[in-house]
Amino acid sequence: MGKKMVLTGNHSVSYGALLSRVEVISAYPITPQTQIVELLSEFVADKILNAIFVNVESEHSAMSACIGASAAGARAFTATSAQGLALMHEMLHWAAGARLPIVMANVNRAMAPPWSVWTDQNDSLAQRDTGWMQIYCESNQEVLDTVIQAYKVSEQVLLPTMLVLDAFVLSHTAEPVEVYDQELVDEYLPPYEAKYRLEPGKPQAFGSLADARTYFEFRYKMQKAMEKAVGLIEKEGELFGEMFGRKYGLVEEFMMDDADYILVTSGTITSTAKVVVRELQKEGEKVGLLKMRVLRPFPFETVRKALGDRKKVAVIDRNISFGHHGVFYQEIKSALYPLEKRPQVFGYIPGLGGRDVTPQDIRDMYFDMKKREKVEEIIWKGVKL
Amino acid sequence: MKFFWDGVPMEENTFPGNVACQGCGAALAMRLAMKALGTNTVVTIPACCWTIISGEFPYNSLNVPLWHTAFETTAIMAAGIKAGLTMKGHKDTLVMGWAGDGGTFDIGIQALSGAAERNEDILYVCYDNEAYMNTGIQRSSATPEGAWTTTTPVRHPEDKPKKNIEEILAAHRVPYVATANIAYPEDFVRKFKKARDIKGTRFIHIFAPCPPGWKMSSELSIKSARAAVESKVFPLYEIENGEKFTINYWPKGIPVRDYLKMQGRFRHLTDERIEEIQKFVEETWEKLVRKHELTHGTTENIPRGGEIFYK
Repeated sequence: MGKKMVLTGNHSVSYGALLSRVEVISAYPITPQTQIVELLSEFVADKILNAIFVNVESEHSAMSACIGASAAGARAFTATSAQGLALMHEMLHWAAGARLPIVMANVNRAMAPPWSVWTDQNDSLAQRDTGWMQIYCESNQEVLDTVIQAYKVSEQVLLPTMLVLDAFVLSHTAEPVEVYDQELVDEYLPPYEAKYRLEPGKPQAFGSLADARTYFEFRYKMQKAMEKAVGLIEKEGELFGEMFGRKYGLVEEFMMDDADYILVTSGTITSTAKVVVRELQKEGEKVGLLKMRVLRPFPFETVRKALGDRKKVAVIDRNISFGHHGVFYQEIKSALYPLEKRPQVFGYIPGLGGRDVTPQDIRDMYFDMKKREKVEEIIWKGVKL
Repeated sequence: MKFFWDGVPMEENTFPGNVACQGCGAALAMRLAMKALGTNTVVTIPACCWTIISGEFPYNSLNVPLWHTAFETTAIMAAGIKAGLTMKGHKDTLVMGWAGDGGTFDIGIQALSGAAERNEDILYVCYDNEAYMNTGIQRSSATPEGAWTTTTPVRHPEDKPKKNIEEILAAHRVPYVATANIAYPEDFVRKFKKARDIKGTRFIHIFAPCPPGWKMSSELSIKSARAAVESKVFPLYEIENGEKFTINYWPKGIPVRDYLKMQGRFRHLTDERIEEIQKFVEETWEKLVRKHELTHGTTENIPRGGEIFYK
């Protein structure tokens, strides 16, 4: 089944888009995303992929072109990072508000100034409330698999999906990745048949002025679609497992049986933390790991079930909401609040701007959490002043 | 008595009941454009008066699919729609972006330049009422020199000439650029039909009077549009492939003053200022005539006086 290739995270995205038979790609170069669309432009030029590649003059236009293409019923794809994603902001609202199942890869890169091309999550998290689903990937295989699943879910709930991978740690790091047979992917992901689209001969208007009598319901329906997506992501992740041998969920529980202390991670910090958790368990520590894969829609029930009965939780955030806390920390805490019995939740912030987060760092964070009696909401890890 | 103009189809592809102001040049412009283009068309409209004119949800005053889009995206949205339609088998459907002067001359010019440089297969139309009318008459870079707007008060009226959008587009070497005017429907419709059948980026700049924004009564729309041509303020011409200039009509050359005096937005202008504007208009016209001459080797073929147009 399929073939093993050694692919970077970026090229894993490209192959995911290829297997998803995307029909319109529009993109603008930005480090560290660029290789994704470079390879896709080659696929299109070589007619390996039957698609139109629209080279544009900005990310704002890249997202706009995807919106136009998707509005016409085509499967649309783009990729970006950091400043590019920020420039798209207005059109991210447009894509979601227009209920278009566009899929985009965002390579997590720190926002300027000062300039940085290295990883942190502030770019994607700043787009949290635009109505896009957000899926954070841990490995190159997960990246490829997530592109395919993203279309499957998006096209059912009519909401766009942003899949997120860490700059360089994934984007430019090669791993063995299974690239599936096209026939099998086609079976999983049928062609997109848009229920509502721009169709010559059908004089419908889309996005017209909606006053206070009608606007409200558009937003209500978006939220309902997000809520529906929670179950669908699980269902499609399971089906993916049956067909391709890799099962995906909203979160991943790693060695959590009987653990009193849980590390909550996202992105590639997860892989490092898994190594540490395995070691710590060998040393007799009652520790486990919860990987947050899907941030939007937020998997409330899953998180409550996974964390409710624990003693302490350390949320590791490679991001900061200035004037508040780490974003995953806020989210986890708010999810746990309605529970009668809930763990102490600590917020750790390491690794901004791509500073390495080592196994030792994670070990330190674990023991720091374990010894603390009082909850601390921001514990900076590795700040040198 | 002739009820319909020569070459202007009877077919109506805009519906009555839209919410344009009385005498709206933009509404008439769309009516004429859609007559020419027919129904194998998809239209995208950014923030502008036509966002409103086309009708509130769930209505559509156009007899074709309409996609509303963000202010600065008209050209790329049209290109994206074209790509999507092409992939879905609608290769022959025309996609028209329809934007105001603010959406074209100002906020949308980046996407427009990008699309034009790539020669995207779209028809881009700017209906120009010479200010941000939908937000209440603020100046744009299409506002003519001397005009009052709410952000260029009479104590400090607009002091820059209008941006030359035709030549900006021509510099991209797009296959077709034209000006059109609602007071000249035959020429208007002919240009839209011509544009419809060309591949690549086509750009039509429509002069679209705005009675409330220009501070004139609504029955003066057509008269002011005609006076803009006859005074050489807004000449009717085409530029093909970025270099072939053709003036379609030699204006009678009425004084610019006659055009300006219809409109309250120019009421504060002194005789001196009007003379300066007259001079600027004539110089600009002369340059245009030279470009026509460079293309055709003569200016004799420009139809003079009356209702005849060079095609």
